[in-house]
Amino acid sequence: MFNIERWQEIFDTISKNKLRTFLTGLSVASGIFILVILLAIGQGMENGIGQQFEDDAATRISVWTGVTAESYKGLNPGRRIQMDNEDYTRAEQKNIDQLEYKSGVYSVWGQLATYGKESGSYRVEGVKGDYQFLENETIVAGRYINESDLANNEKVAILGNRVYLDLFKGQNAIGEYIEISKIKYKVVGVYTDPGGEREETRIFIPLTTAQRVYAAGNNLRSMVFTLEKQEKFEDALAASEAFSASLESDLKQRHTVSPTDERAININNTLENAKRFYDLIAMIRGFFWGVGICTIIAGVVGVSNIMLIIVKERTKEIGIRKAIGAQPLSIIGMILHESIFVTAIAGFLGLIFSLILLELVGPLIESDYLLNPSVDFGVAITTVIILIIAGALAGFIPARRAANIKPIVALRDE
Amino acid sequence: MIEIKDLNKSYHMGSNSLHVLKGIDFSVKEGEMVSIMGSSGSGKSTFLNILGMLDEADSGSYTLDGKPIKNLNEKVAAKYRNQFLGFIFQSFNLINYKSALDNVAMPLYYQGVKRAERMEKALHYLEKVGLAQWATHLPNELSGGQKQRVAIARALASDPKVLLADEPTGALDTQTSYEVMELIQNINDEGKTILLVTHEDDIAHMTKRIVNLKDGLIIDDSNVTQVRASVAKNKHLQSKQTSNV
Repeated sequence: MFNIERWQEIFDTISKNKLRTFLTGLSVASGIFILVILLAIGQGMENGIGQQFEDDAATRISVWTGVTAESYKGLNPGRRIQMDNEDYTRAEQKNIDQLEYKSGVYSVWGQLATYGKESGSYRVEGVKGDYQFLENETIVAGRYINESDLANNEKVAILGNRVYLDLFKGQNAIGEYIEISKIKYKVVGVYTDPGGEREETRIFIPLTTAQRVYAAGNNLRSMVFTLEKQEKFEDALAASEAFSASLESDLKQRHTVSPTDERAININNTLENAKRFYDLIAMIRGFFWGVGICTIIAGVVGVSNIMLIIVKERTKEIGIRKAIGAQPLSIIGMILHESIFVTAIAGFLGLIFSLILLELVGPLIESDYLLNPSVDFGVAITTVIILIIAGALAGFIPARRAANIKPIVALRDE
Repeated sequence: MIEIKDLNKSYHMGSNSLHVLKGIDFSVKEGEMVSIMGSSGSGKSTFLNILGMLDEADSGSYTLDGKPIKNLNEKVAAKYRNQFLGFIFQSFNLINYKSALDNVAMPLYYQGVKRAERMEKALHYLEKVGLAQWATHLPNELSGGQKQRVAIARALASDPKVLLADEPTGALDTQTSYEVMELIQNINDEGKTILLVTHEDDIAHMTKRIVNLKDGLIIDDSNVTQVRASVAKNKHLQSKQTSNV
């Protein structure tokens, strides 16, 4: 396969047809170029979105209840399901090993809060101390709710930064008393939330206090958990899904809800959402591969076409070669060799250009959804293999045609 | 050397079939120089193609140097062509992007001869046809006669048993034709078997035996007294000079 003679022949034919070879090569080069760029963008999207989820470290699972959609065990649909402290305690005890943070929540909307002459309508949530971490809140003054607040039903309040600015206009709030629905609470802390203003127009009070003040008894509006961190995304996802599933079935059993009812118990699993994103990326990636491969196929068809023309043009030469003793295999080798050579060189050029572009432009991209687009070594190797196969495919039909040329026909072809 | 019995060949074009060779018996001994003559359509080129294993007969037997030539696959046919036969064509059929030397070396390449040896041998044969100083020239830098000499050198390079020449002088003027025939005669003098297709009487008489083909049959096969091409050449030169005067 690798002798000087054949290389000479390839260079001879290429140098005789520079423009044609260049144009053919261009189609293959751009095919590889597009494939690599698309794959890099796919990788960049994965990097970007992966980073988003890392920021939140969100293994958060929240549960809230609604109205049953199906009749079950003689009970009519349309029943309102109400969670209570018992549900929370069971969930906590069953999964005590893997829970990181947990809190039951009792929240009420549109509560009028006043301090002196200032007042506003806010959401009031009764929560436990862990809720600070579940919501990713940062205390900027004072403290958060603690165990003794809960144990003693203390009337203390933690204000969102927006609430604080509304009521106190930037003055000291810690130790001051505000009135919420005619009941006085002592302000013990102020927090900020990365979620922004919407998340900061809330007032937190101890869960036990909220249940008592709003005459909720043991009722809970929702429960929120996070699971212990895992090294691998897959493990975390599996644990999180298992936890969601068992929580759902426990709740359904206790509240006599049909296992197939999808409206009574609602579970929002952040990791599952993340997985959806990753699945989406995988799909986009698959699509990019598809587009890239199609582009390469177009290039391959181009090369194949050119090789057919070359074979046609060289019919007589091939006939002469056969007349003086060339074996069919050596003719096939000659055409395949040239085809693989042209695709490989063009493809490598495309690969190198795309890598250079990624190297130069990649770090400049600043977007939430695109981070450091790049291809790894495995992908580069894959494209190289694709190239060689593509070259062989492109040369196959022309080579077979060349091998089938009858010398007598070729020599008559004047 | 060549033994042929009851050779038949017909071509099919759509529903028409053309019976080109209608049972030819023919044999050639080693060292002979035979010309095959006939008008166009007599089947002489088809006959030569079958002899050259470029085409296959429908029926009949063909033995070349003791080997039966029948139902050969491409690979074996290529090998036999390379070992046994050297071709000389009317239109030279040189590969025009290769130098004269590379053209001559090509059969050796397909024999698997190493490059250095190949080049040395090729140069030797170029010398033999008197074109050593043209070794690096491309075919389109050579005259018709020179091209045919290169083709002859190429045909000789693989040291074949038989040389097959299809109208070797068809594209050349009389003067050059005689020069090329002189070369071919010299090769025959060294013992090489040569078969030559021509429709020119004077060329045919430079061989030792003339076979006449008509409508796919041999109508005449007789030995002739060979006219030396060198003599004919001189005569031709003189007649040209006298006509110029």
